[in-house]
Amino acid sequence: MSELKMSIEELLSFPDDKGHFGPYGGRFVSETLMAALDDLAVMYKDKSTDPEFQAEFDHDLAHYVGRPSPLYYAERWSKKLGGARIFLKREDLNHTGAHKINNTVGQALLAKYMGKKRVIAETGAGQHGVASATVAARLGMQCTVFMGSEDIQRQTLNVYRMKLLGAEVVAVDSGSRTLKDAMNEAMRHWVTNVDDTFYIIGTVAGPHPYPQLVRDFQAVIGREARAQCIEQNGCLPDALVACVGGGSNAIGLFHPFISDEAVKMYGVEAAGHGLATGEHAAPLCEGKPGVLHGSRTYLMSDKAGQIIETHSVSAGLDYPGVGPEHSILKDSGRAEYVAVTDEEALSAFRSLTQLEGIMPALESSHALAYAEKLAPTMKQDQIIIVNLSGRGDKDIHTVAVIDGIQVLD
Amino acid sequence: MSRIKGCFERLQGEGRKALIPFVTAGDSNPELTVPLMHSMVKSGADIIELGIPFSDPMADGPVIQLACERALSHGVTLADVLLMVSEFRKQDNQTPVVLMGYLNPIETMGYEYFAEQAAEAGVDGVLTVDLPPEEADEINGYLLQKKIDSIFLVAPTTTPERVQKICSKASGYIYYVSLKGVTGSAALDTAAVAERVSMIKGLTDLPVGVGFGIRNGETAAAIAKNADGAVVGSVLVEQIAKNQQQSDHAIAGVSSILKEMRTAMDKLNR
Repeated sequence: MSELKMSIEELLSFPDDKGHFGPYGGRFVSETLMAALDDLAVMYKDKSTDPEFQAEFDHDLAHYVGRPSPLYYAERWSKKLGGARIFLKREDLNHTGAHKINNTVGQALLAKYMGKKRVIAETGAGQHGVASATVAARLGMQCTVFMGSEDIQRQTLNVYRMKLLGAEVVAVDSGSRTLKDAMNEAMRHWVTNVDDTFYIIGTVAGPHPYPQLVRDFQAVIGREARAQCIEQNGCLPDALVACVGGGSNAIGLFHPFISDEAVKMYGVEAAGHGLATGEHAAPLCEGKPGVLHGSRTYLMSDKAGQIIETHSVSAGLDYPGVGPEHSILKDSGRAEYVAVTDEEALSAFRSLTQLEGIMPALESSHALAYAEKLAPTMKQDQIIIVNLSGRGDKDIHTVAVIDGIQVLD
Repeated sequence: MSRIKGCFERLQGEGRKALIPFVTAGDSNPELTVPLMHSMVKSGADIIELGIPFSDPMADGPVIQLACERALSHGVTLADVLLMVSEFRKQDNQTPVVLMGYLNPIETMGYEYFAEQAAEAGVDGVLTVDLPPEEADEINGYLLQKKIDSIFLVAPTTTPERVQKICSKASGYIYYVSLKGVTGSAALDTAAVAERVSMIKGLTDLPVGVGFGIRNGETAAAIAKNADGAVVGSVLVEQIAKNQQQSDHAIAGVSSILKEMRTAMDKLNR
């Protein structure tokens, strides 16, 4: 194993009081939001060590989300690949069909304790929007979801789900009309309505304390997977694989394994049409550090510092930034970041559907595609855990269009 | 003495308040900016805030978002903005120029190089919207070395303790954001602003400029009663947006709004 550039203790100490993960993270927002972020940080610091809050969160995860999610040995798929045994962490089986609900349940509890009557959220693929609309319905809060108009086209089913749940979906027409623009618009709305509104950020990006609290709410994935792997196999896995857009499902899986140094961690970004084409969404592989959406992190920006438009077949990965903790995991050498193309992800989508009867989200298909490359290089007694972060029903329309098939609109 | 400090002292001596127009550099085309700056000075501007176009202006409303898009469609970079300031300085060595923008273009250029280039171009102050004082020490060091003022925002949500902390890192002036919202928002409550401005002035000797939501002479005058300056942006940028094909109309439109504001603000202090 290659030498780490930073001690495990230091990695685990992040973030500091100001939300820094080494040179990354922090709080880069306009002054109007600073008070709200301070309030949230104070509330979270208090609740994160409050056994009553944790018990309430755990109860919701068990009885509303349906946790623990299974760790499933994908035997046929593994054997076909001919190498390591691959286990899938089945976040697709959660209520609302993705890992996103873990975080929205947690943040909705915080909103409730802070006495907020409305929540807002940004969404790319729509999974976080659905998960936010879901918890808002349950708690009787008003919910407004900001979504790029390009993504609204790609994810009509999720848009309708949000509306059925009682949420207002606001189409964002500025910039590239995708996730980053939805996040800009959500921030603008939050500035204007900061007194009564809680902003449920869907990923480990954004200003402090969001990267920390979203990570903590998602870390249930890794804690469960670690215990399940030991229970089923008597040992830890050899490698973890998860897709990275903003990076919440990946951090959720990785974080509880950080001190298990022998466990390799692979974050898989969207290479879109190929890294060489420039049409991708792979800031950790191809970008450089910069500041966007409240934190310093790896970004895709041009030589003048303008944010570049990204491309991925998967709306949830179509984002030019990434959570700051991934930036430090990359620099430290503790995690490795790779990228797979649209085509490779689509091929993995079909393999898993046909060999295991599990239809994965296109986001998760990126992780699966990398596992297809990794498994054959490993021995048959080795274990890979892939985070199957969401189910693919929402993507059927996209895949059908690629196949040239008209499904009902 | 810095141009900004000199400007506020001169105005104070004359019993007047600063009129501070904002336009996005390179909007609606790069050739318009320098002539527009000169014309704004003639129409009564005391300090010019020049926006650095950015792809993701999170604190701005639709008017300034579109201004950024227009400037970026011409490929305007931070380096170009600095060239515009140099060009302006060939004819105007008096009027302070403040750059207002977001951190990523500045960070991409490099803090030290940016400070050098900005000083050389004749920039007097820098206001980075998404850079609160907690994160600003490094760039402030370079700006200070080059005698460029660091201007910070204070918001309606800022506590008095934070106002003090912000003022301890700021120079030039304090930019008070008059409302919870983005630039170009709806009507502001001038009485509430007056109260906040008095609070801030009780905590610092720095001049206080007020911006966001000032759209006409009447509001500018009401704001100037308590504040040291009125910042006006979106209503000017609307003129530029309306007259994209005719630069002289854009300049005339901006000019006429500034003259109205200047007259209203000066009347008040007479």
